[in-house]
Amino acid sequence: MVMESFKGFFKKVFSGVFKNKKDVKLGFYGPPNAGKTSLANRICKDFTGEEMGSVSKVPHETRHVQFKEKVEISYKGKTMMFKMIDTPGITTRVDYEEFLKYKVKKGDAKARAKEATQGIIESIKWLDDMDVVVVVLDSTENPYNQVNITIVGNLVARKIPVLVLANKSDLKKADIKGIQEAFPEYPVIGISAKYGKNLDEFYEHVFKLAKRVK
Amino acid sequence: MVAKKKSPQKKTLNGFAIQFIPYTEIKNLSSSERIKKILDLVFHNSILIIQGRLRPEEELRLTEDTMAMIGHVKNFKGIEIAIISPHENRSPMEKIKHTLATKLSGADLGAITIVGPVSVVKEIKQDPKKIELFLNK
Repeated sequence: MVMESFKGFFKKVFSGVFKNKKDVKLGFYGPPNAGKTSLANRICKDFTGEEMGSVSKVPHETRHVQFKEKVEISYKGKTMMFKMIDTPGITTRVDYEEFLKYKVKKGDAKARAKEATQGIIESIKWLDDMDVVVVVLDSTENPYNQVNITIVGNLVARKIPVLVLANKSDLKKADIKGIQEAFPEYPVIGISAKYGKNLDEFYEHVFKLAKRVK
Repeated sequence: MVAKKKSPQKKTLNGFAIQFIPYTEIKNLSSSERIKKILDLVFHNSILIIQGRLRPEEELRLTEDTMAMIGHVKNFKGIEIAIISPHENRSPMEKIKHTLATKLSGADLGAITIVGPVSVVKEIKQDPKKIELFLNK
């Protein structure tokens, strides 16, 4: 009975102390089809039991910014509360005809392209609100794409901590070293969001960067 | 029976121009004016070779404005852009020199920016030492 009262008392005091602490806004940025939503889904599923959004082979599946509030991530006995923000992939070109290759009907492809362009604008507008950004790149693609460089350059200009992920490390064509060479000034981690490979290292870096903004 | 000879498929390359823009031409323009100038030329099928590079926030704004124009300008499906800077892998001392030179001149004049409409430029392959431009047939 006494123990119960003590527990209740401490819980009240500590929750009072920490209730004003804001959740860390963790953004997932990158080009289309790099695996941003796959990674966000894996994290959310592991820590909340629910996924964030749908994934597809057709580019621009995520066409609106998606959130997941109060995602408590635990890593090596430490816990941190995050607001996860999954964003539509950023690119400088959107052609509805590319969707036709995936057997999307013409009308749907046009609508998808329109939503995709609006989603990109939305992604860019959200950049200023992020505390920490994870730039998710496809490690089988050339990292010297100007969009990747522009995203990272803008995060640096805004003094937002950046972590670069070389996703799809499970694929034969993956070139994690190539991404490390392209972004030598930032931490680059090879992961596989699909298979949950190397996520421990990812969490370690996210915690380090999140502490800077706490 | 004589097999009908298949005539080679006609492929035409849309007319386009390659235009060099020295930094002096955009130096005194505001960010909005620079982006407007770039997009106006791109809408007319010009591939631009610009001396220097845009600021990071201008590069992002160019992406935003490009997206806003898709669907509003006939046959416009976006741009391909690449920037090459000869000083990517600089030593710390070179970085200081480069920062000073950039501050004094107001731009990274050693860099070159290439921008083109995707109706003309199929792909730009880029690595730290070269840019390869692939055109649409």
